Amino acid sequence: MTRQSVAMAHEKIQELAWEPLYHTPVSQYGTDYTFQKAKKKDPLKQVLRSYFPMQEEKDHRVYGAADGAIRGNMFRQVQERWLEWQKLFLSIIPLPEISAARAMPLLFNNVPNPELHNGQAIQMIDEVRHSTIQQNLKRLYMNNYIDPAGFNSSLRNFQNDYCGTIGRQFAEGFITGDAITAASIYLTIVAETAFTNTLFVAMPAEAAANGDYLLPTVFHSVQSDESRHISNGYATLLMALADEGNHQLLERDLRYAWWNNHRVVDAAIGTFIEYGTKDRRKDRESYAEMWRRWIYDDYYRSYLVPLEKYGLVIPHDLIEESWNQIWNKGYVHEVAQFFATGWLANYWRIDPMTDKDFEWFEYKYPGWYDKYGAWWENYSRLSTPNGHHPIVAEDVDYQYPHRCWTCMVPCLVREDMVMAEVDGQMRTYCHEACRWTDVEAFRPTYQGRETPNMGQLIGKREWETLYHGWNWADVVSDMGYVRDDGFTLVAQPHLNLDPKKMWNLDHMRRMGPLLSPNVVLNEMTPEEQQAFHADYIRGGPAGRPAPAEA
Amino acid sequence: MTTEVTAERSSPKPEFTDAEAGAKVFPDSTARRYNYYTPAKRKQSHYEDVTVEVQPDPRHYLAQGWLYGFADGRGGYPLTWTALKAWGVDRAEPERYPGSGGKGYEWPAHGWHEFRDPNEEWELTFYRNNSNVVRQINQNVETARQTKAFEQWNPNWVTFVERNVGAWMHVEHGLGLYVFANAQRRAPTNMHNNAISVNSMHRIRFAQDLALYNLTLSEEIPDFDGKAHVETWAEDPAWQGVRRVAEQLTAVDDWAEAVFAANVVFEPLVGELFRSQLVQQAAPGNGDFVTPTVVGAGEFDYASRDLRYTKAMFELLTNDKEFADHNKAVIGGWLEEWVPRCLVAARELQPIWSQPDAKPPRFEDGLDRAKSRFSGILSDLDLTDPKELTQ
Repeated sequence: MTRQSVAMAHEKIQELAWEPLYHTPVSQYGTDYTFQKAKKKDPLKQVLRSYFPMQEEKDHRVYGAADGAIRGNMFRQVQERWLEWQKLFLSIIPLPEISAARAMPLLFNNVPNPELHNGQAIQMIDEVRHSTIQQNLKRLYMNNYIDPAGFNSSLRNFQNDYCGTIGRQFAEGFITGDAITAASIYLTIVAETAFTNTLFVAMPAEAAANGDYLLPTVFHSVQSDESRHISNGYATLLMALADEGNHQLLERDLRYAWWNNHRVVDAAIGTFIEYGTKDRRKDRESYAEMWRRWIYDDYYRSYLVPLEKYGLVIPHDLIEESWNQIWNKGYVHEVAQFFATGWLANYWRIDPMTDKDFEWFEYKYPGWYDKYGAWWENYSRLSTPNGHHPIVAEDVDYQYPHRCWTCMVPCLVREDMVMAEVDGQMRTYCHEACRWTDVEAFRPTYQGRETPNMGQLIGKREWETLYHGWNWADVVSDMGYVRDDGFTLVAQPHLNLDPKKMWNLDHMRRMGPLLSPNVVLNEMTPEEQQAFHADYIRGGPAGRPAPAEA
Repeated sequence: MTTEVTAERSSPKPEFTDAEAGAKVFPDSTARRYNYYTPAKRKQSHYEDVTVEVQPDPRHYLAQGWLYGFADGRGGYPLTWTALKAWGVDRAEPERYPGSGGKGYEWPAHGWHEFRDPNEEWELTFYRNNSNVVRQINQNVETARQTKAFEQWNPNWVTFVERNVGAWMHVEHGLGLYVFANAQRRAPTNMHNNAISVNSMHRIRFAQDLALYNLTLSEEIPDFDGKAHVETWAEDPAWQGVRRVAEQLTAVDDWAEAVFAANVVFEPLVGELFRSQLVQQAAPGNGDFVTPTVVGAGEFDYASRDLRYTKAMFELLTNDKEFADHNKAVIGGWLEEWVPRCLVAARELQPIWSQPDAKPPRFEDGLDRAKSRFSGILSDLDLTDPKELTQ
């Protein structure tokens, strides 16, 4: 290697930028933030001369491990319960990664600091790395794991599945709307700095405990790039804080980004870690304990709180409320229960919980069994077809939930559900913070201030709408959740691969039609809607319908 | 002797699960290929598996549509971000309403999805290639330093390198960041955007290669002015034409126009003219065998990789079964604008041909070769030479 120090090399490449004289770069992404030119430094001083060999070395380790996993018959000892959830996770995550790459140019024109642009360009190609290395990991699973179904269809199925669609926000939020809201606050300040800890550190540890050491190999390699991305975000945040006119927007965006990340990431990763594992050692950390360590202590207390002195208004209330949701309101358990309720509209298999699991949950979350135990026993009882319907259509003391228009996770903590009429449509929200996001934050004015660059929530955000009135057999066929015999479902509520024990289209055909909760709600009179709301918020926990009025 | 008693460490217990491929036979047990796309050739390639369909399309499987939009309500990757069209794009996105179902058009739905990067770049290939390049450059420069090779340079050549080779680093940097990194947000498929992002990094790396080479020369050659490139780029009249075009390329809104103008027009007529017809030709005669290895690495990336994917990308469009004529007309308009701009920039560079002591081949001969090369590229793309080329 050359003799020049990294510091000298990095200083030299600062000479590359120049101030345009004849033409100004095109401005394609607006922001309501304002930035003054400032010489914020890129603290990691990355130069491509050292970057490329570093990444190549990391690749050597990843691909060496992949080779070793196959030669060493790793799949003889992976837990199917775990790998099945990877069908969902690895179908989602390549899109957020590549979207992070696509997000970088949103910052170029808006953040006037060429030194940071260099770091952002390297982040761009890091993200291409992450997306393709994750697609490759999924390919390896598809080729070597016992059941390829769901891996083989992942990029089709993730796009129309309700869980995949929840996860898709984690990508689309990076690339549209106000450039700083999207590519800086949502992506780097919250998603990367806070939630990649649970995504790429906590979850791989659980993979290893379930016999899969490839996921940790790939994702720790990915995570080693995140520290540079975090510093990109931090430098941009400091520049934004320098202008007091941005403080109101920063407060708005931190609230939105924090809450949305909590709703989306904690739903998915919490479920994988708590319900996708066979490791029930009582001294292994629960998701709540991991969250407390990685998110609350490492991110909130160590990263966010010190920024308060620069004028950043931190959403203390929402952070405490997120913890309240996880610890007191069973957010992760409610989500896992719902994912299992809707197993038939998925493309992976969900293993029933056993007595050993119950014991662990009760130990980690005292009171768990009284809330969720009976339902999981029913899930187990109804898992193989035996003249009954899938659990969603059986009477198991569970009310099918309405979907949150904003985060698209259903309104599972029933008491928190709020409704609002927006753009002529009655919408349900899982929490006041999600109502605020749609009704107040993602609007062209915010607290009387013009915010013409703020994005919009768009799309058909409730998947059931598209299949309102359809037979379930036609729903799963239309979505592509059928195996290559054209008959057996990809998804199953158990891990038994004996075709006689697997659910098929005939079983679906016998069910009643799928009804969209939102369509039904909008067919009600205003009085009926209010009565429905009053009843809904008396329901739960564990999806129980409201008790009959005395 | 005492034995220390320690508590048993808590660790997960591995379990034999027999979850290997082939352990059981059941529906889909042998379905071990991604089934949501059709490969370009008979068999799905590794590159396709890690690239295709990662960026969704509402015309395929994105039944609920994009979830987040810009202030104007548009989400994702609007096809209207370029004036070019691929077959099928005029079909509306499938309409969704209560009970509509979610089926999209049969894959690929429209012609944009037919593009494949002939370099098949994904992370494994990309990092291997670029690591090899920076290692080789480092070794070349280090060997030259150790063998005092820079002492062989003619004095005027030192000035030429500090000013003119130095000035080129700005072109690579500006285009890498503000043309190509910018464009990789805007194309309709993941195959386009990944190829463009790789192109971006080639240029940014080449810019840094030149900057760090310049730093070495500052350390090794007495009186080498390591800052002269800044003044040359900012003020030297010979470079202002190049600078004007480079800045104008960053000002283009249409991503395909930006990629086309940079890789099909600017590079052959200005980039290769300067690098291949001047620097590479003049250096040996002036005692310099090192600069051509640094510049050659960037030249190879362009000629063998970036131009290759660019041609594959635009060949599909100029031969499109529905919009070939439309696309040729649009591109014809781009050629009418960019060819004169690039020729002016090229001609303004002419004075630097006379600066080295040992003269390179004549400017006009180099420009003729550049035009001929450009003409060949257009011919490969089924495009005709614009009349402006005769200027």
